[in-house]
Amino acid sequence: MKIIACIKQVPDSEAKIKAEGGQVSWGESPLVINPFDEYAVEGALQQKEAQGGTVTALCIGPESAKEALKHALAMGADDAILISDAALTALDTQGAARVLAAAINKIGGVDMVVFGRQTLDDGSGITAAQTARVLGWPMLGLAGQIKVDAGSVEVSRVIEEGRQNVKAKLPAVISVVQSIGEPRYPSFMGIRKASKAEIPIWSLNDIGLSAPAQIVSRVELITPPSRDVTCEIITGESPAEIAEVLADKILAEKVL
Amino acid sequence: MDFSLSPEHQMAQKMVRDFAQKEIGPVIKEYDRRQEPIPFALKRMGELGILGLCFPVRYGGQGMDYLALGLACEELEAVDTSLRVAMSVHTGLCSMNLFQWGTEEQKQKFLIPLAKGEKIGCGAFTEPGMGSDVAAMRTSAKRDGDFYILNGEKMWISLASKADLVLVTVKTNPSARKPSDGLSTFIVDLNTPGVTRGDIHGKLGVRAGATGWINFQDVKVPAANRLGEEGEGFKITMSGFDHGRYTVASGATGIIRACLEASVKYAKTRQTFGKPIAEYQLIQEKIAKMAQEYEIARLLYYQVGWMKNQGKRCTRETSYAKKFATEASFSAANEAIQIHGAYGYSDEYDVERYLRNARGAMIYEGSSEIQTLIQAGYALGERSDKPLRCELPAYDEKVWQS
Ligand SMILES: Cc1cc2nc3c(=O)[nH]c(=O)nc-3n(C[C@H](O)[C@H](O)[C@H](O)COP(=O)(O)OP(=O)(O)OC[C@H]3O[C@@H](n4cnc5c(N)ncnc54)[C@H](O)[C@@H]3O)c2cc1C
Repeated sequence: MKIIACIKQVPDSEAKIKAEGGQVSWGESPLVINPFDEYAVEGALQQKEAQGGTVTALCIGPESAKEALKHALAMGADDAILISDAALTALDTQGAARVLAAAINKIGGVDMVVFGRQTLDDGSGITAAQTARVLGWPMLGLAGQIKVDAGSVEVSRVIEEGRQNVKAKLPAVISVVQSIGEPRYPSFMGIRKASKAEIPIWSLNDIGLSAPAQIVSRVELITPPSRDVTCEIITGESPAEIAEVLADKILAEKVL
Repeated sequence: MDFSLSPEHQMAQKMVRDFAQKEIGPVIKEYDRRQEPIPFALKRMGELGILGLCFPVRYGGQGMDYLALGLACEELEAVDTSLRVAMSVHTGLCSMNLFQWGTEEQKQKFLIPLAKGEKIGCGAFTEPGMGSDVAAMRTSAKRDGDFYILNGEKMWISLASKADLVLVTVKTNPSARKPSDGLSTFIVDLNTPGVTRGDIHGKLGVRAGATGWINFQDVKVPAANRLGEEGEGFKITMSGFDHGRYTVASGATGIIRACLEASVKYAKTRQTFGKPIAEYQLIQEKIAKMAQEYEIARLLYYQVGWMKNQGKRCTRETSYAKKFATEASFSAANEAIQIHGAYGYSDEYDVERYLRNARGAMIYEGSSEIQTLIQAGYALGERSDKPLRCELPAYDEKVWQS
């Protein structure tokens, strides 16, 4: 099986995100592989282990996004490709989907594309579905379990109502949720391989695409006003007494 | 001079940090309180390759260098000392000594399962009646045909009750003119008849680490399990300390970092007299000292890692690193408790554990006093390193990864 894991590089979850001069700023915080995409790599590697084949990590981003790809390589991906082009600065999800689909078509012979459920930065969670649409492949979203059998794939979707099992013919696009299993740590062997890897960079020209027009754009970026929170711990002789004081305070603050 | 870590080192560092923080961090307090080793810790460290990090792939290792070993120890001990102790005795005292002194056959038989973490090793030198004075040990081995018969007791042995193998130094020639020439080192399977062992409870620190005793009563050990020549035991033991002390130094550096991080976080949020205590210079002084000593400790152990990679003897530099980092880690933990006030004095926060854990490292693997004697010996020109029959091989990427 030829499996693609699509990953993105995002600011660390501990980063303090601010709007600065109309741009998003995360200060000195490091950029990391999107935590949800670590599950995508994990899911892809599980399928490789179960079915045989290869996992290719695919990422759109600046040169520095190679670090995220190296993380996927260190986890066990066989190779990695970065799509980087000066014309790709303002990319919305449908644009990203077009670029990814073109790259997946160029790679050729792909059986399965795995995404994380969403990104930590933009968090739209629709790139996977849009990529499936561009490719014309079935989309199986929010998979907590993946089973491949004789050219088709069955996934157990983790949805609010419970689990839903759906099946489709390969090739297919899948997005995974945490129940797929904790992402493995990079192995030392993988780390050594990743640190030496020469990651190819594909430009728009290489995938035969011109810069996709932006359909969705940000109107304005603002830093949310900081909240001044004070914490007060209510003590008392009994739970009833504490509850009473709490209720009085809530009423006094006109919360209710 | 390049002080930066390679991407490979950075990734290895992060991987060990993630493991320690995700899997050990959430449960350490509970096991430390109960004085019980974390049951899955050694197994996971073995599976992840951490225990065999710095050995060539053909010996079951991960093909990383000696600096990576130090980086891993810093990350492990930043979470808990018991993890780093495993590196000191399993990897440092036992496996690295086998790698340095073992015959090819011994490496095939013992180093490979140790490096893969399939077997756990420990190192036994201390006895109820001696510690610093290594040559004064009384546990004996008498030659009997193709075997040696071991008798005696080792005490304060980390992982005594958990290990499969012990690298043990004993007296083979009680009438040697220089007592240190009368020692030999063996690799002993701890499941051999005549071996009994147990844990010591009530330790001040490293409470999630097993420390115990091993008793040998007429234990028959094949002569093929002797490491090095008869009479080389003292040198082998000292080589082991070069490796073990390096892991202790890099680990203690992790405690300093953990104290610094905890102190900065707490000092920024705790308010007294209307402002965060981080704004008081008396608190800043403590924090600045931790930050500075973290840097010094780190540079000292990086130097040792580099020297080991180059194949240079570094007994003196290791001694500097070990003494400095262990003492600085104790003082950092002490100040971290001070910054945390009463909360620091309770196990609600981690800093009291750091203090208890840091204390032991000023005693084991050569006490602070012994380190001072070593350093003075070098400074006064009374001590120099003579070449050893077997040196720790310099790191060679090609050899390691083939
Ligand atoms: C948690 C823990 C784990 C350990 N793990 C191991 C292990 O895995 N394997 C192992 O073999 N041992 C282990 N030890 C034992 C440790 O190595 C010894 O405790 C150490 O070598 C010191 O020996 P000692 O305790 O017998 O002290 P002693 O040698 O009796 O020394 C007592 C005091 O006198 C000082 N002193 C000694 N000689 C001199 C001198 N010439 N000048 C000035 N001062 C001196 C010492 O520094 C010390 O302060 C461990 C100990 C602890 C606490």
